[in-house]
Amino acid sequence: MRDVIIIGSGPAAWTAAIYTARANLKPVVVASQVEVGGELMNTTEVENFPGFPEGVMGPDLMAKMQQQAEKFDTEVVYDDATELDLSGEVKKVTLGSGDVLEARSIIFATGSAYRKLGIAREDELSGHGISWCATCDGFFFREKEIVVVGGGDSAMEEANFLTKFASKVHLVHRRDEFRASKIMQQRVFDNDKIQVHWNSEIVELQGASGLTGVVLGDTVTGEKQELAIDGLFIAIGNDPRTHLVHDKLDLTEEGTIAVQGRSSRTSVPGVFAAGDVVDPTYRQAITAAASGTVAALDAEHYLTALDDVEPALAAA
Amino acid sequence: MAAQVTTSATFEEDVLKADGPVLVDFWAEWCGPCRMVAPVLDQIQAENADKIKIVKLNVDENPDLAMKYQITSIPAMKVFSGGEVATTIIGAKPKQALEQDLAEFLA
Repeated sequence: MRDVIIIGSGPAAWTAAIYTARANLKPVVVASQVEVGGELMNTTEVENFPGFPEGVMGPDLMAKMQQQAEKFDTEVVYDDATELDLSGEVKKVTLGSGDVLEARSIIFATGSAYRKLGIAREDELSGHGISWCATCDGFFFREKEIVVVGGGDSAMEEANFLTKFASKVHLVHRRDEFRASKIMQQRVFDNDKIQVHWNSEIVELQGASGLTGVVLGDTVTGEKQELAIDGLFIAIGNDPRTHLVHDKLDLTEEGTIAVQGRSSRTSVPGVFAAGDVVDPTYRQAITAAASGTVAALDAEHYLTALDDVEPALAAA
Repeated sequence: MAAQVTTSATFEEDVLKADGPVLVDFWAEWCGPCRMVAPVLDQIQAENADKIKIVKLNVDENPDLAMKYQITSIPAMKVFSGGEVATTIIGAKPKQALEQDLAEFLA
């Protein structure tokens, strides 16, 4: 019987792995097959993670976290959890391969998934002009005009990054101010290639087999404006990835997993949650990492208590 | 057998004139999801060597083909059959999901 299974492979998951591994709990990390490293894998320079005064590339940071976890005897499984059984004292995780892992505790750190605009033809045109990954797809928009939607740090970073390729970047935001950090906003305002469209949202996507334009709607006046563009990058935020635990764990109104107080304890004993999946507010690499630490310590505490009460079961 | 490499120079022979279906993986070094789906495609190739051929095309080194096939998002996987695009898959997906998308070619 394993002690702990960690589901996820972002900062929360790897930090939880480092701590539980150092507590001799021999964690197994279900890291996913094609999304190892999580959201930071699609970012470029991370400038706000302490300890890296020169900045660090998102993918490098994640590789280092994984190395650190593996150094202390963390087992990594490159597969996706497809089903959870959390009802009994033994928790079961079914993988894409069909294998089932069992453990006395679970740390759930599945992060979040890109939020969609929710307008007609969005899925159909994804990959045909609509992109969710500026670092992957910026290359295809050399000397072209594109739109970035969003008002947070990710949108600012993408807009700036994409000016390396695009002739012009329209930054569309539905409010009259950004929620991004001031330094990121300033870089956008200082960039001649970026035009900001305040109080604007995309109301229509144009183009037959590929995106050729968008219609912007003014959120105040309702006025419409057509923009002929070749690419649309959507960075309007993320939603917690909780589909595996619906009806199994209590969720908050915001859709994150509900935890008790400042702990990582979910509504089910032995199941802990960490990172973006519990955090509707801060959503930083460093807060996710800290949250992973909390979950690791909570899990360790839980297992110790189980051992105290049921030494026979633990020894079996 | 892992996926082989194709280029603008060999594309016609490797892909368009091939007998059976050929999956072309449009990828680039700087694309994280591309690097992650690569071993999954190698696995699918190894397990289905008699049914489908899988080749990798670097869009950075072969921009002409990326433009010709209107690639704007990678990884993009296009299955060619008889010289025509029969299926397009966009984005990195786990093995089971890719196998489902490719079911008609792996049967």
